[in-house]
Order: sequence, then C-alpha cells, then structure tokens
Amino acid sequence: MSEPVRAADLNLVLCHACGMACDLRGQPSHCQRCDAPLHWRKPNSLARTWAYLIAALVFYVPANLLPVMNTSLFGAGSESTIMSGVLEFWEHGAWDIALIIFIASIAVPATKFCALGLLLITVQIRSDWARQQRARLYRFVELIGYWSMLDVLVVALVAALVKFKALGDIEPRLGILFFGMVVVFTMLAAMSFDPRLIWEQEDDAGHP
Amino acid sequence: MANTASLIICEHCDSVYHKVELAKHQKALCQRCGAVLQRYNGLNIQQRLALSVTAAVFWIFANFYPVMSISLKGLHNSATLWDSVLALSTGPITFIAGVAAISIIIAPLFQLVLLIWVLCFALASKRSPAFKTCMRWLETLRPWSMLEVCLLGAMVAVFKLAGLLDVLPGIGLIALAILSLLIIRIAGRDIRDLWDTLP
Repeated sequence: MSEPVRAADLNLVLCHACGMACDLRGQPSHCQRCDAPLHWRKPNSLARTWAYLIAALVFYVPANLLPVMNTSLFGAGSESTIMSGVLEFWEHGAWDIALIIFIASIAVPATKFCALGLLLITVQIRSDWARQQRARLYRFVELIGYWSMLDVLVVALVAALVKFKALGDIEPRLGILFFGMVVVFTMLAAMSFDPRLIWEQEDDAGHP
Repeated sequence: MANTASLIICEHCDSVYHKVELAKHQKALCQRCGAVLQRYNGLNIQQRLALSVTAAVFWIFANFYPVMSISLKGLHNSATLWDSVLALSTGPITFIAGVAAISIIIAPLFQLVLLIWVLCFALASKRSPAFKTCMRWLETLRPWSMLEVCLLGAMVAVFKLAGLLDVLPGIGLIALAILSLLIIRIAGRDIRDLWDTLP
C-alpha cells in the first residue's frame, strides 16, 4: 500500500475550525472560508501541552488528598475524599457504582497523565515507534477527557439536594475545586497537543 | 489558485485525500493513522432544525424542572441544574461553579441558539448574518458541553443518596437524558457540511 500524500508536501494546511484544505501559497494567515487563524502546527504545541499537563499534575495531589465534600446527617459529620467515596460504595456492595466513579475520577486522569506524557516524550525524541498506536492513543485521550467532570457534577447535585440544616446537610469542600482544575487542565493539554507531530519526520525540521 | 474544495486533510496526520460520497452507515478512515475522515451525514437541514427546536424545548424542561427530589423525615427538597451550580458557588470554590455552569447549562444553550439561528437561514439556502462566527463558536463549544456526563452524574447521585433517604427522579432528569442524546446527534462535526451546502 502506498503512503498517502501529505498536506505539507502539497503546500496545503488544514483549517481546524471548518475543515477546509487551505492553499498556503500567497501565505494567507487566515482561512479563506471561515477566517479562523491558520497555522502549520498548533503554536508551541509541546511547550503548552507540558505546561498544562504539569499544572494538572500539581493539582492532582490536593484533589485526591483534600476532602471533596462534607456530609452531616443527624448531627454526625464526616468529610469524604474521592477515594473514600469509591470505597464507601464498594463496602456497601454497590461495586458497579464504585467502579464508575473510580474509572471517571481516578483512572481517567491517571491514564491521561501517562498517555500524554508518553506522547510528548516520544514526539520530542522524534521516535517512529508505533505511530499508528500512538495516534489511536491520542484519540482515546481526547474521547475520555471530559468524563472526569463526573465527580464535580455529582457533588454539585448532592450538595444542592441535601439542605436540611441541622437534620442533614452536604457541602462541597476545597478538594472539588482542585479536582475540577485537573479536569480542565488535562482537557486543555489534550487540545493543545498536535497529533500531526507524531508523524513528523527528520526532514520536516526546516518546514515553515 | 487551485481548487482545494474537493480535498480532505486528516487532522491527525496531515494526509490528503479526495472527498468521497458515503452511503448510509459508511465512514471514511485515514489509511495512515486510522482516524475518521468523513462520516455519513443522515440529517438534512429541515430534520436538523426540527431536532434543534425539540432540543431547545427539552433544554427548558431540563432547566426549569427539578432533576430530582428527596425526602427525609417528612422534609422535602428538590434541585434543578441551576441549584446545583449554586451549591458549588459558595466560598473559595466559586471558580468550579463557573466551569459547571458552562458545561451543563451555558454551552448547550449557546449550541442550540447558534444551531437554530444558522439552520433557519440555511433553510432558505442563505448564510445567516455572522455565519462564520457562529460556525466557529459551534466548534469551540463542542468539547465543553458535557450534558451526557451530567446525566451519568445525576444517576450516580441517585444511588449515592438512595441509601440515606428517599430519592425521586424528576421531569428534569428525563428531559436531561433526551437533551443530551439530541445534542450528540445534532451538534456533531457533520454541521461542517453547511460550509459546502451554503455557497
């Protein structure tokens, strides 16, 4: 099977906003069709992705250590973290719910850190190892990204519902802020990574 | 300038292809990286507009009716989507309330408003005023609209509270379920076809 032609060799560039194949001759700075700015690769893709990823990693620590909500029922109060929420479901036999929360809140962010880190490093050493699999890995990261918002929304709903003053009250705690930041930053990291870098070859270095 | 309208570039690996006509259930994959290049678009403008208006109605239901209500020792309480955003907005964590508001209320609303606006004009084969801006915003909003996550979140919340007190799913929850499915169907990538159908 012959390799398909690459846009760079035809002097074409894809407009990310409308999907048009834009002709780069005449050096337009904006898409002729939708006026979105054109760029050969996402600007500063690697630096930005690293920055967002590291920021997300920093927030990941307090997100897991600090309590995300405070439950007080009939006068007895307890703080719960993300992990203790999972364990609570598990101990009550609701292993399926425990699994959903565990995947959305703990496994997905962790997978994203590993996957994006791997993609960044392999791109930086210009590796040609398992390109197709790495491309698939990136699409997977993009797909699972926003499901981590699950816990934030659960806490919001539960806190809005249980408002019975002395009898029972659930309040969000600081941990949920950090957790939300992790989700936002990992989403931004995935968006600023340019998957075309995976396919870049040695001879592309001097391109515009 | 050469005509590039018939070309399609893979956004994941920069390969260039000619566009193809797809039949039902077909999709075109990139030979190099396996990404989806084109998907069959089964909706014409009328159908998409009709679904958008339907979704707008469900948005109203989802936002003005409680998603669920609980009762504990004779006390009742219910919460709408907006109540849950407000519940996050206390104290130092207000920022996350903004993120939640965007992802479950504002982004879907703007998607629907923009879609209805653009599609109403498209029905008359015209580009709406500010067509380019609207289409670009539809692209920008897509990743931040998280209704399906909210739906799963509401279900988890039901189970979380079911052990402690009585939980009743409300009209808002059903509307939320329908709305999230509709948004996936109508606000997907295939709205880009409008660029080609509206010269």
